[in-house]
Amino acid sequence: MKRFVYINDESYQNDYCDNQISNTKYTLWNFLPKNLWEQFRRFMNQYFLLIACLQLWSLITPVNPASTWGPLIVIFAVSATKEAWDDYNRYISDKQANEKKVWIVKNGARKHIQAQDIRVGNIVWIRENEEVPCDLVLTGTSEPQGICHVETAALDGEIDLKTRVIPTTCIGLDSEQLHKIKGVIECPIPDKDIRRFDANIRLFPPFIDNDICPLTINNTLLQSCYLRNTEWACGVAVYTGNETKLGMSRGVPEPKLTAMDAMIDKLTGAIFLFQLAVVVVLGSAGNVWKDTEARKQWYVKYDDDEPWYQILVIPLRFELLCSIMIPISIKVSLDFVKSMYAKFIDWDEEIYDQETDTPAHAANTAISEDLGQVEYILTDKTGTLTENKMIFRRCCIAGTLYGNESGDALKDIELLNAVADNSPHVIKFLTVMALCNTVIPIKSPSGTISYKAQSQDEDALVNAASNLHVVLVSKNGNNAAEIHFNRRVIQYEILDILEFTSDRKRMSIVISDSQSGKIFLLSKGADEAILPLAYCGQQIKTFVDAVDKYAQLGLRTLCLGWRELSLEEYLEWSRLFKEANSALVDREWKVAEVCQKLEHTLDILGISAIEDRLQDGVPETIEILRQSGINFWMLTGDKQSTAIQIALLCNLISSEPKGQLLYINGKTEDEVARSLERVLLTMRITSSEPKELAFVVDGWALEIILTRYKEAFTELAVLSKTAICCRVTPSQKAQLVKLLKSCDYRTLAIGDGGNDVRMIQQAHIGVGISGREGLQAARAADYSIGKFRFLKRLILVHGRYSYNRTAFLSQYSFYKSLLICFIQILFSFVSGIAGTSLFNSVSLMAYNVFYTSIPVLTTVLDKDLSEKTVTQNPEILLYCQAGRLLNPSTFAGWFGRSLYHAIVVFLITIHAYANEKSEMEELSMVALSGSIWLQAFVVTLEMSSFTFLQFLAIWGNFAAFYVINLCISTIPTAGMYTIMFRLCRQPSYWITMLVSITIMFF
Amino acid sequence: LSHLPFCFFSGSSPPICRPCEVRTPASGRGSRVELAAVMDEAGSSASAGSAPRGGRPARSGVFYKFTQQDLPAWKPAMTPGYVIAIFLIIGIIFVPVGLICLQASNRVAEIVHRYDIDCVPDAYRSNKQAYIKDSSISKKCIQKVKVQYHMKAPIYVYYELDNFYQNHRRYIKSRSDKQLRHGLQYTDSSCSPIERSNGLPVVPCGLIAWSLFNDTYDFTRGSMGLMVDRKNISWRSDREHKYGKDVYPFNFQNGSLIGGGKLDPDIPLSNQEDLIVWMRAAALPQFRKLYGVIEEDIQADETITMHITNNYNTYSFGGKKSLVLTTSTWLGGKNDFLGYAYLITGSSSIFLCILFALIHVKIPR
Repeated sequence: MKRFVYINDESYQNDYCDNQISNTKYTLWNFLPKNLWEQFRRFMNQYFLLIACLQLWSLITPVNPASTWGPLIVIFAVSATKEAWDDYNRYISDKQANEKKVWIVKNGARKHIQAQDIRVGNIVWIRENEEVPCDLVLTGTSEPQGICHVETAALDGEIDLKTRVIPTTCIGLDSEQLHKIKGVIECPIPDKDIRRFDANIRLFPPFIDNDICPLTINNTLLQSCYLRNTEWACGVAVYTGNETKLGMSRGVPEPKLTAMDAMIDKLTGAIFLFQLAVVVVLGSAGNVWKDTEARKQWYVKYDDDEPWYQILVIPLRFELLCSIMIPISIKVSLDFVKSMYAKFIDWDEEIYDQETDTPAHAANTAISEDLGQVEYILTDKTGTLTENKMIFRRCCIAGTLYGNESGDALKDIELLNAVADNSPHVIKFLTVMALCNTVIPIKSPSGTISYKAQSQDEDALVNAASNLHVVLVSKNGNNAAEIHFNRRVIQYEILDILEFTSDRKRMSIVISDSQSGKIFLLSKGADEAILPLAYCGQQIKTFVDAVDKYAQLGLRTLCLGWRELSLEEYLEWSRLFKEANSALVDREWKVAEVCQKLEHTLDILGISAIEDRLQDGVPETIEILRQSGINFWMLTGDKQSTAIQIALLCNLISSEPKGQLLYINGKTEDEVARSLERVLLTMRITSSEPKELAFVVDGWALEIILTRYKEAFTELAVLSKTAICCRVTPSQKAQLVKLLKSCDYRTLAIGDGGNDVRMIQQAHIGVGISGREGLQAARAADYSIGKFRFLKRLILVHGRYSYNRTAFLSQYSFYKSLLICFIQILFSFVSGIAGTSLFNSVSLMAYNVFYTSIPVLTTVLDKDLSEKTVTQNPEILLYCQAGRLLNPSTFAGWFGRSLYHAIVVFLITIHAYANEKSEMEELSMVALSGSIWLQAFVVTLEMSSFTFLQFLAIWGNFAAFYVINLCISTIPTAGMYTIMFRLCRQPSYWITMLVSITIMFF
Repeated sequence: LSHLPFCFFSGSSPPICRPCEVRTPASGRGSRVELAAVMDEAGSSASAGSAPRGGRPARSGVFYKFTQQDLPAWKPAMTPGYVIAIFLIIGIIFVPVGLICLQASNRVAEIVHRYDIDCVPDAYRSNKQAYIKDSSISKKCIQKVKVQYHMKAPIYVYYELDNFYQNHRRYIKSRSDKQLRHGLQYTDSSCSPIERSNGLPVVPCGLIAWSLFNDTYDFTRGSMGLMVDRKNISWRSDREHKYGKDVYPFNFQNGSLIGGGKLDPDIPLSNQEDLIVWMRAAALPQFRKLYGVIEEDIQADETITMHITNNYNTYSFGGKKSLVLTTSTWLGGKNDFLGYAYLITGSSSIFLCILFALIHVKIPR
């Protein structure tokens, strides 16, 4: 499927959407129905609505319908308001974007219109620091070289500037001509891939060549990017509105459900079934009692012939009486405490990164409990465990190793001398370091040069080269590069860039020396991608040794090579390259194939070794988290030896003889299968020994395993506590997460770069490190932190507390609802099983949404153990991981407790208030007070630490109970008139209360 | 073997480098490395600057402590000592309180006399309903009780009903508080099934009023009458605020089915104290309601003659009727429950306290 965009052609009517951006979920008209519909898709809400509707039938309702409608409406209003507010904010920001004025070309003249009126095919002009309103194909810029710089932070989170180039066919058009150009762009239908744009442009006469010119993502300005360091740029709108790359990639992420939420849902279901059973049993018993006993009681005056539905009346009354078994307040309470957990994470100074001024942030406020239940952590290496602050440390040039003694090649006298002596090998090496990259040098007004690089390695190399006096001074577009070497200026023309891809693992650049006119191919890449390309006869053994040595030190190695090209060879190849570049299908593959035709018989110049330091506290963090029973898997795109080295450094694996590494490797399926079999066998045998086993697998073997031997690998995954997966692609990372999830493990994925995004989204909890590779991972993640070591506190402190608190809160919510419900049920046995409510409507409502909900909310401040104790004894996390605090058996405990407490409160009440005291209102208030007293003490007993807020909430609420009821007791029309005053004057009331609370000790 | 310079900091303390051990796989031997070489890079990462930052809470104050979950907190630890002490205290408090309650209950002199069977003539014993429904038969009934203890005035006269469900869902809801307060224009459906009769509203409406208890009692001591004060037996708040002074019974018990007692249509509801007492529905199927107060002492061994009019029908459902004469204390009428509850709780506390103490001594933690 293709889309043809006719440039600046008013007569051509297309039916593509206009540029109106709409992120809103609702409109003014559909808000109420749509929002209600969404809310009612939750089972709990349907349940409460049904109960509320049944209560409207006055024959069966035991209490005033307001006791359910009130809370229900409040709950609905709260969530609807939140939704409406969010949506309103989205609407406002959309409106701002839509109504922003932009310049477009219409009928050959520039016009100022609103951004939402841009149509596909319009030519849009943008000035410096303006936001791009829709996806454009660049046609002109203010820079004579036809380039412009954009900041794509809003799109991919990367903060560095990127260069965008106008297509070759548009080069040289002046702004007058740009107003008039006509042509056609053939581009794919809208998709969300922000790294790919395989299209063609063809300008119509009179504009120069009628040739098809290929377009790539480098020729585009995507919506939401900012134009920087460029006076103006103009382009043709190709995708507009919600069909832009940004608009297409905007998706609603699947809401994540924590293990606790799932458990709470399950328990709610169980309580619902229990409730149905109670209703059926009591309803039938009630009907039987009615027919055998109640008909004899003339004062109840049952009619002899009743309508058929009378048989349903008593069961339905019990349904309504028991409806409070499922606490209406639990969702609101949970939402509140969850957002408090998230706030605590945001506020926490101890996980605030002062170096980069980054606070921790919980983007997903609903899953903090899961942090405490993590069983597997899958971590990226570069930038996550390491600082991703690349520093050029050592190098090996023509067999000589520099920087061995001091550990810093830049301070190695030998190297400095070699540079001073113009040693040809060294100079070539440095030239490749300075030139073979996509770095943009930016000259500040004061004359200093800073580099904007997309990759940290390139940055390190260019900076190192400039320290060694080979300074990349300027780079104009992709054409000319200028290098200063010992005050000499050397001009190069950059002819082609053979870009880096993760498959090729190398990049090359074709340059011609402006003085001599000679053409060179400069290459750099991973050792296994470059070393095999060495020309016949070159001794590469020293390089192989150097690579090994550097890898053992945990350094990242790059291999640099070059070759002189003959003009004919270059021209021949250049034609093929151009062809491949304009291919619409399989372009990447075709380009790679063409590149391979040029990259051979290289003269290997040397090896550069770049250090990527471990972040502070990584080994300790991993050690502590492993002690707490969390298994670590390291997934990295780096090579095996470097990965293993880093793993050793950060305590992920232990060296022999304490630990043992098992390698799964092989090139063919058979080899991999055998290797896997062997490792699995060893694993099974030694799983009882106290030896730390870890397996190492590379991306190639992993691909075979994941497609063919998934079951064996799953078994291995269960057995192995540690694994190192190297050379893995982003999708493999995600697949591994999925595999562990399928084994019912709680997984946490932590990473910092764009390649970790899929794994972060896939895992139960995604943690992003807001690092040097941009904010892409942090944006996709549920939690973003500044440093890896904060993970310890995030899990052990925040995760564990959240788990404990939610476990208490949720079970307590059921406990208190069940308590009041059991009292009602018990009362029905002394009231002729007719479904009389012991409590009045106000009390019931206030009990659920007020008296018992407020004190327990302060559980967000409860700490069962101090933070220090937890971090010193991380094994304690096992309780959370195993779900020991919230599971069917703990819940059964709470269930039994509520039944026991209900029976005791009820029996004490009816015996202490028997005979002449058994007045309905009084007895009801005695039972309610008994429950309230009990609640206050149960909450006190269950909490472990008390701040003034807890005291305030528990005892303030307790006092409020009396104040409120005393107030109601002064209203003559209320049923409770004078009741509370009477009770408070009776010594027997206080004596009864005191004995009620002591039962909780037995 | 290779040496790798490396150092770890905790981000908060001043940047003091401690050399630390780095293991390499080749040897497993630790190698100490001085940190001088990496000081320059490391220095920046460990800077513990406490410069104030905008937008973040100040580093002191209650709110800051709250955000850091660091509010001063009281952390009671449930040590065995505490548990033993708590049980001991409960025991020490509860046993005496229990004894006091029991003593109060024992001070109460109470006479309970069930009369619903005795008051039916022998001829009707097998068909009590026929007796109670036959209005031509005299319902007068004389019962005698011997007083065992000295009873000090005031002596409360209660009637006790058993197996009578005033708390039945259908019964307890069948009333209209508005009508009782403001009159017949407020008759509403809440009173069903006794809402209207012969097309006119009933005041007071509803099943509770309709089933008004109507047995009456008189007492004589020897040949002397024993005054029963029937005033102020209802709650004053009810008389003054719940029942209208200008609301009179209307169209009451005029239907085809007569329930309980009738009311004098010339007395306003606020003075119909028997009705007001009856309308305070009981929560339990066995209950007592105040009939009157005797303001004279009764000596031990005196015989009281009770003149009962046995009007009220409890025979259809096997309800029991009793007449109760009782004195009262600060704790109320005779009720041993609280006393025993305290005694049991207190003594089991002491038992547990001793048990735990023994365990604690035998197996100290």
